[in-house]
Amino acid sequence: MTVTEWVRNEETAPRAGRPADRKPETLMEVRKMIRNGFYPFLAGILALMLAACSEPPDNNRAVFLLIDISSDYATEMDKAERLGNYLLGTLDGGDSLAVAFIDNSSFTERNIIARQTFERQPSTRNAQKRAFQAELGAFMERFSVPSYHSDITGGVLLARDYLEETGAAEKHLFLLSDLHEDVPPGVDRNVALGLDGVRVHAINVKRQRVDNRNPRGYRERMVDWQRRVEDAGGEWQIVNDVARLDTALALR
Amino acid sequence: MFTDILYIWSDSPALSLAIWMIIAIMLLYMGRPHAHQLLRTTGRALHRALRMGAASIRQLENRLEQRNREVLLAQGRESAERSIEREFQRVNAIVERDLGQYPALHRKLAETLEKIEQDYRDSTDNAPLPPAWAEVMDTVQNLPTSGDPAVNKVLDNIRQVIENSHQQTLKAYQKNLNERHRILGRMQPQWRALGSTMDKVHQTITGLDERARTIDRQMDSYESMRRGDDRAVGTLTSSSLTQFFISGLVLVIAAFGGLINFQLIALPMSEMVGGDAYVGTLPMSDIAALVIIMVEISMGLFLLESLGITRLFPVIGNLDDRVRKRMAIAAFTILVIFATIESSLAYLRDLLVIDQQALQQSLAGGAAIESQFRWIPSIGQLALGFILPFALAFVGIPLESFIHSLRTVLGLLALGLLRAVRVMVRMTGGMADHVSKMLVNLYDLFIMAPLSIERMVRYHRETAVRQAGGEQDGTGPEAVDGEGRHRGAGKPGPADADLAPGRA
Repeated sequence: MTVTEWVRNEETAPRAGRPADRKPETLMEVRKMIRNGFYPFLAGILALMLAACSEPPDNNRAVFLLIDISSDYATEMDKAERLGNYLLGTLDGGDSLAVAFIDNSSFTERNIIARQTFERQPSTRNAQKRAFQAELGAFMERFSVPSYHSDITGGVLLARDYLEETGAAEKHLFLLSDLHEDVPPGVDRNVALGLDGVRVHAINVKRQRVDNRNPRGYRERMVDWQRRVEDAGGEWQIVNDVARLDTALALR
Repeated sequence: MFTDILYIWSDSPALSLAIWMIIAIMLLYMGRPHAHQLLRTTGRALHRALRMGAASIRQLENRLEQRNREVLLAQGRESAERSIEREFQRVNAIVERDLGQYPALHRKLAETLEKIEQDYRDSTDNAPLPPAWAEVMDTVQNLPTSGDPAVNKVLDNIRQVIENSHQQTLKAYQKNLNERHRILGRMQPQWRALGSTMDKVHQTITGLDERARTIDRQMDSYESMRRGDDRAVGTLTSSSLTQFFISGLVLVIAAFGGLINFQLIALPMSEMVGGDAYVGTLPMSDIAALVIIMVEISMGLFLLESLGITRLFPVIGNLDDRVRKRMAIAAFTILVIFATIESSLAYLRDLLVIDQQALQQSLAGGAAIESQFRWIPSIGQLALGFILPFALAFVGIPLESFIHSLRTVLGLLALGLLRAVRVMVRMTGGMADHVSKMLVNLYDLFIMAPLSIERMVRYHRETAVRQAGGEQDGTGPEAVDGEGRHRGAGKPGPADADLAPGRA
């Protein structure tokens, strides 16, 4: 069939149902269509707004860093600063971080060096981290006199309270200490730790001079703390090399 | 409990089990006709029911196949109509562009021809040189001299006058000849212009001829679709599958583009939106970024639809041209605005990344390093943020192909599924029939002892009856039947199995 024949056929054939025969929609019909679609759209937006008011999902992290400043461990301050910076670099918006030191009596507010829950806005979060880093740096510079005793349990209790307050899904306690507890007389630390859902990371557990003569003591200290943490419902992990933090710790 | 029942006959387990087996065999032998009937009727009922089911599925399959065919042909017809329409538009464009100027072209041709004619006339208007001058000159030269000085002088004067006149005439002739050459030379560009114009006309006519041939081919294809030829259906199916895979591939690429776009604006959106608002598990900032991308894609769809490139929304396609033009302008404007916003967001992202890097360096204890070529990624992100929305806007084209070809692919899949189900149902029905036959045989195998006894008894009884009949007829037991075989000499064959009590 040639074009001419086709044109002739088309002229004679009925053209009902062809799209070209339909009359174009008028503006009124378009308006009607928009009006019909408007109410479901409005309902959807309202539903979205209501849903937007819901609570954020509980997937935040809370980290507490305990730094032992007793005389046997005071030389490890650079590692504390390094660990603090590492944590600052790792945490995201919505996460919480607190740093405290362990001294003669650690279960007090004055032991907390800095604490912060980071905002989700990147610029604000970065500013908060810089301020946190400055506070930590200022403490490191101020620090000069080590404590005589070492109240680790008091620090752990302080950390537990903070971690519970945050209500975070993941709770981490970083313990930068030689794990040698030396509670001053008159201080009662015979209480349950209550570390349900808390992962305790013992970082850089330094060997003391006395451990050289009796290595069993070092091992017993670690085993004793592991038992205490696990009995209290927590998880225990030891990372002795601070340089291995990236691979050893999986905060997510 | 089971042990108690087992040892009810004897303390010996073997003996007790044997008694139980004998009882069971006897019971099964007695219930043989009913058991056979139960097994066979169940098998046949299942076979018939499943065969009917398969027939129903076959009908459904045929209906679906027919429907698929109709849809495919309808899509093909629509596509062919669009192609033919486009070809006619091209023909129209050629006619409007080239043949629309035909009056001017014709006028130009007429003017050129008129000029050529005028030149030709001009070249022939002047009278040619009188041809007798050479003869007159020769005659005058050859006149004899009489010796009379007066006559000679007159003749010399006459020669002189004729010579002068000849020279003047020759000059006029040469001048006239030059003028005609000049006129003829002036005609040359006119001829060339005429040739060029005729070439243009030839090209136009040739282009139209090619278009007409293309339209003829498409019309043949269209006619084939209207007739519903199998070849047309096969071609359309193959084309749909190709379209499905190609458009699917392009959509996957577009999805990756969207992912990159999302990564580009998610961080700055968290800076802008911030807060702790969540929808489900997604933060509001991520949703805002997604919404921006979706709106860009939607605007792209509307733009393509308004321009008539895609036909996903018949409402837009049926709108008045003026309204569609306005809609296209509005969609393009919104797209440009969103692209600009995204570009600025990409720049903000770069600033945030720089800040983040500075913080990381500070936390790592190093000094901030000023990179010399840091502006390159900044400009790159800025450009990417502006270009990606436009790139995503074109997703409507593969989307339309994908949606159209998806119907064919789903139809083919459903057809394949129905065929597989039908084959399975038929196989299950056949299996049920065979299993029922197998169970009947197994049943007989279990009670073969009483069945063998029954056959033997029957055989001896029949032999005795036959012998008695033979003696009465006088033929004896060795009588031969009509086919030459010895009657009553054969052993009971497998057909005797049918002489079961139920069938006797």
